[in-house]
Amino acid sequence: MLATILRIGVNVFRESVRDKVLYNLVFFALLLIGASLLISQLSAGQEVKIIKDLGLASISMFGLFIAVFIGIGLVSKEVERRSIYALLSKPITRAQLIVGKYLGLVLTLAVNVGIMTVALYLVLAWMNWQTSPAVRETWEAPALDPALLKAIALLFVQLMVVTAIAVVFSTFSSAILSAALTFGLYVVGHFNADLRNFENVLDSRVAAWTARALYYVLPNLAPLDVKTMVVHGQYVSPAYVAVTTAHALTYIAALLVLATWIFSRRDFK
Amino acid sequence: MPAAIVTEHLTKDYRVGFWRPRPYRALDDLSLTVEPGEVFGFLGPNGAGKTTTLKLLMQLVFPTAGRAEILGRPVGDPAVKRRIGYLAEHPYFYDYLTAEELLGYFGGLFGYSGADRTRRVARLLDEVEIGAERRLQLRKFSKGMIQRVGLAQALINDPEVIFLDEPMSGLDPLGRRDVRALILRLREEGRTVFFSSHILADAEALCSRAAILAKGRLVASGSLSEMLAFQVRGWEAVVEQLPSESLPRLEATARRVQRIAEGRYSLEFPPEPPPEQVLPSLLSAGGRLVSVMPLRQTLEDFFVERVGSADWDRMGQ
Repeated sequence: MLATILRIGVNVFRESVRDKVLYNLVFFALLLIGASLLISQLSAGQEVKIIKDLGLASISMFGLFIAVFIGIGLVSKEVERRSIYALLSKPITRAQLIVGKYLGLVLTLAVNVGIMTVALYLVLAWMNWQTSPAVRETWEAPALDPALLKAIALLFVQLMVVTAIAVVFSTFSSAILSAALTFGLYVVGHFNADLRNFENVLDSRVAAWTARALYYVLPNLAPLDVKTMVVHGQYVSPAYVAVTTAHALTYIAALLVLATWIFSRRDFK
Repeated sequence: MPAAIVTEHLTKDYRVGFWRPRPYRALDDLSLTVEPGEVFGFLGPNGAGKTTTLKLLMQLVFPTAGRAEILGRPVGDPAVKRRIGYLAEHPYFYDYLTAEELLGYFGGLFGYSGADRTRRVARLLDEVEIGAERRLQLRKFSKGMIQRVGLAQALINDPEVIFLDEPMSGLDPLGRRDVRALILRLREEGRTVFFSSHILADAEALCSRAAILAKGRLVASGSLSEMLAFQVRGWEAVVEQLPSESLPRLEATARRVQRIAEGRYSLEFPPEPPPEQVLPSLLSAGGRLVSVMPLRQTLEDFFVERVGSADWDRMGQ
């Protein structure tokens, strides 16, 4: 059971490696190195903060593109190209296929984010080494701040949520529509908290209940974004990381159940 | 021992149309049984419902009504999937994998690992004659080679029942011969082969039993000999050195007289009177007999008779 899921997942990873998805890492490295060289010429005292901002934003952006553009094709491409016929005639269930595909893309993202993190720390180490101790004193947080890892971990969880959303759409919709809907939900997910406060400003009970329902149904991605806090040296407690992660994992599980439910009823004409 | 395949009143409607979807019946009330060890031909023109039936048996689509069993268990049961193999029509496989990797991946899904899996993959690729190309990505493969890889993947688990959807399509004459040989070998090994085809010659060469489908309905099923009843439609004689003065008399007896060359004729006679009565008079007129052959009803004749010539034309034959 688990072995089957893992085999399907490893095949997704192999596909993304062969399809040269990891080439994005080269762009990431070039962007980071180019930016750091440029910034070190310009600003005094702010360069480490700017690099952290830029590095975390880039990890988030590159990860988002991978999650959406591979995620939307994970299942739909198998159906369109009809490779699913041979696969589903093997002793696997449709649920295993969905979970395996999902975990495969999560593995691809993990490798990507992992390498980008190492690259970011290398650039930060280089800047640390270049900077005089007097200037280092003025930094809000040390260059090699381990708290960065908390931000990156939550960012990765956020990408896991986006991937699960893409997989849900991928089970019934075309690639372009899936991409649009996933990006849409990504944006909505950052403003979801506002929905919760709607009931305080809305007179209509129906509207208030609708806002409440949407708040629970739509993804809540903003709590998973602690980039700014970390860059400014503010404390993010491990409990916060654990609770938000647990909440996101529950949401992911619900999405995968939904994806499996839709996919298990589909005819492959 | 349960039947290899049983379908009971299997029916499938697809919804067509976007704004006002209406059902389109792709398969209508199909009931048939395939016994273990048979090579069963599933025949019919394009659009007859052959692929739909195979997809129902693979649970790639769900029936609107009726049920299907493979090896005594309902289709879709993972325990059944361990014992069957399937090759889809115009198959597509992950083109970023090599033939070896694809078979290894599918073998892994059956739980094979290590040396056992490597040995299986190598043996099957040898059998379908994929040589050094097995280490190339499938995107570099021709259609015929993909079809061979498809056959190999359908056999990775030594299946008891093998489903092949148009296995000869896209193959050159050599490839077709190889697939025929492979199906016959599978039969010798005692496996059940259920294959669809719109090429009746394949069925005649391979099947012990067949079913003919048209417009989603079963038109006929049974052993080929039963279906055709090996009915002798007449007989044909080829004679040479036939004196021209004996022609008018022959034309009165024969159904058809066709001149092949100077003094050489092909003569077609009705079943009665039998050749042993007609031939002596032919020879007494001075002709020399080259060959005598009974004219049997072919599957083509049967198909035209039962399904209609319009469908036959659609098959492009």
